[in-house]
Amino acid sequence: MAKPMHPTPNLDQLESGPWPSFVTGLKRLAQDKDYAVDILGHLEHSYQTRKGYWKGGTVGVRGYGGGIIPRFTEIKDEAGNPVFKDAAEFHTLRVMPPPGMHYNTATLRQFCDIWEKHGSGLIAFHGQSGDIMFQGATTENVQKAFDEINDMGFDLGGAGPAVRTSMSCVGASRCEQSCYDEAKAHREVLNTFLDDIHRPALPYKFKFKFSGCPNDCMNSIQRSDMAVIGTWRDNIRTDEALAKKWFAKHGMNELVNDVVARCPTKAIQIKEIKDVRKTDNISSVAVNDSQALEIDNKDCVRCMHCINVMTGALATGVDKGATILVGGKRTLKIGDLMGTVIIPFMPLKTDEDFEKLVDLGQRTIDFFAENALEHERTGEMIERIGLVNFLEGIEVDIDPNMVSTPRMNPYVNTAGWDEEVARMTAKKAAA
Amino acid sequence: MNAPTPAAPLRKAIECGVPDNKPHLHPTMLKNYGNWKYHDRPRPGVLHHVSHSGDEIWTVRAGTQRQMDVWTIRKLCDIADKYAEGFVRFTIRSNIEYMVADQSKVDPLIAELETSGFPVGGTGNSVSMVSHTQGWLHCDIPGTDASGVVKSMMDELYNEFKTEEMPNRVHLSTSCCEINCGGQADIAIIIQHTKPPKINHDLVANVCERPTVVARCPVAAIRPALVNGKPSLEVDEKKCICCGACYPPCPPMQINDPEHSKLAIWVGGKNSNARGKPTFMKMVASGLPNNAPRWPEVNAAVGNILRTYKADARPWERLSDWIDRIGWPRFFEKTGLPFTKYLIDDWRGSRANLNASTHIRF
Repeated sequence: MAKPMHPTPNLDQLESGPWPSFVTGLKRLAQDKDYAVDILGHLEHSYQTRKGYWKGGTVGVRGYGGGIIPRFTEIKDEAGNPVFKDAAEFHTLRVMPPPGMHYNTATLRQFCDIWEKHGSGLIAFHGQSGDIMFQGATTENVQKAFDEINDMGFDLGGAGPAVRTSMSCVGASRCEQSCYDEAKAHREVLNTFLDDIHRPALPYKFKFKFSGCPNDCMNSIQRSDMAVIGTWRDNIRTDEALAKKWFAKHGMNELVNDVVARCPTKAIQIKEIKDVRKTDNISSVAVNDSQALEIDNKDCVRCMHCINVMTGALATGVDKGATILVGGKRTLKIGDLMGTVIIPFMPLKTDEDFEKLVDLGQRTIDFFAENALEHERTGEMIERIGLVNFLEGIEVDIDPNMVSTPRMNPYVNTAGWDEEVARMTAKKAAA
Repeated sequence: MNAPTPAAPLRKAIECGVPDNKPHLHPTMLKNYGNWKYHDRPRPGVLHHVSHSGDEIWTVRAGTQRQMDVWTIRKLCDIADKYAEGFVRFTIRSNIEYMVADQSKVDPLIAELETSGFPVGGTGNSVSMVSHTQGWLHCDIPGTDASGVVKSMMDELYNEFKTEEMPNRVHLSTSCCEINCGGQADIAIIIQHTKPPKINHDLVANVCERPTVVARCPVAAIRPALVNGKPSLEVDEKKCICCGACYPPCPPMQINDPEHSKLAIWVGGKNSNARGKPTFMKMVASGLPNNAPRWPEVNAAVGNILRTYKADARPWERLSDWIDRIGWPRFFEKTGLPFTKYLIDDWRGSRANLNASTHIRF
């Protein structure tokens, strides 16, 4: 039995309603733990005053410089003592999940036992960077909890100016749209940078995210410094049985309005079967006895829409890999930045392919470490120095797939034009 | 005299990194890894995947509160052990997924999840769980709470989670400061401060690395100053955009204010490449009160946008696609939201956001 509860009139109102309540969960913990009693009191105080009362500090585990988010209470009485003394320290352990966030229940139960023993009993699946967040431990217990979690084969994630914990989608394990082994890429890349994860020494954070197709379920283009997004180079595959099944259910209006008309590059047409072009770049599939979809794959930008709508009837190609984009991040400091293309296509099938991905990550992080200003993200650095300088630094050749349009102003000295053309021609000839 | 017992050697961290996913995969997923053919959705909350091998797997998705006590997690595990061979996974929006290779287990699994308080849904064109942050529970710089806002919103949107009646999927996020940890979304709720930081000049010199703080300001409004004989910082309040970027590196520059830290609503973020290119969200409303514990004004505003979108958008139009078709003037007209001067961008590159055409819908 824990000590009596603090009155929590505000939080109590978050127990009604049909959605699962975190307050009810905290109250269950507070039946046994003074710690949870005081967490509830602490949070209720925030609700009443509409302010936060945690400050950071320095707490870690032996050998690592990051991965723990320290929190000390700022709710003190006149003598400077914590009002909620059992929750005066409320540190979080960030722990890296398996790719795709799959778990066997034995693992989850073991997490629960460890965290019931050493922590508050509150675990978040997951934080916005993908960490399992073991929320709430005292300074003394952080090491104990880590030791047991680490013995299970789990490791701390990143915090501060470090390579951060990564996320990958469900991918190959359950999704037909997967264009590479996301879990393999996730592990090979991240596990190369463990020193940069555990010992923050970069100018600022660096995030990788791995999505198996351009639907980008991991939101990598907007929120990672290096986004690895699956794609394919060959033709869209088709399946006539599934196409006819789809058409029988949805009909011509939906085929026209929801599929053909929504293709962003007008690459899809409906044709009489006899009129379908029979060239190398055409995918086609009959939807009934007389009509077929014709897709010109040279015009297709691999947006995924038609494949999402007619799943199975249309499918990604088989010459698969990923597009790599860098520099995505949210507002502070210079404004939102979307990741932009630096590698239009990188095959990701063989071990050598994955080594090349790791090598690209290494070159990018090395350049970032050398050239970014303090607290400057990769995208901001590229904005400051220009994409061409960045590409030269990481030894990647330019490609027109990297721009939406060529330059729209004349403010550049093109004196080196002829030499550049000659250099590129020679390089092309040598390749 | 006994020699002192030598202390046990300190345990060294094993830098094992990201663990292998294979021990955590349902056997049918392991067997068909990389070999799936297509999927369909037999009902809201259920996905059905078919492999090239002919194997099938059904996924049942349920909502959680994300910040879970161990008892809730154990309950979820009990259900997995009973129906799903002891395997689960979580989605990016903190929904839990159970995979079963036997279709007859789907309905009893749904029934048990629902009776245990976990709503089944969040698939396809539903409103999925809100991607969110830590808030007052744990963050050191929060302007508001996260879990409480989300609980209030999902109570209101419960039926939209459990059904697939929206034109396309709807992603929501909430963020407790302008860093926007919740991320881009179809509809995002983000703190928008309206007063410059209140500076505790007694503490700045000891707590803050002043050049770092000066460098953080996006509009160069902060400069070093001597205040009451102490080295401190001062803010040019005419320049200050109240973004709060100075607060994390310098906690004595308190930006959070119970009354003047407001909530803004942003719409039209989309990370998928489907149809149009990915888009950033745009601010469409601000000045909503930070009204704990249930934020009724925010809920009303979000509900209004969702209802308008649901009634007006065509199938497969995400919120951004819908606005692309109807145009911003009609977005404001249909939602009844006031279009104010604060919504006209004046940050760098902002002229690209002006209408450089005669494309106007009358």
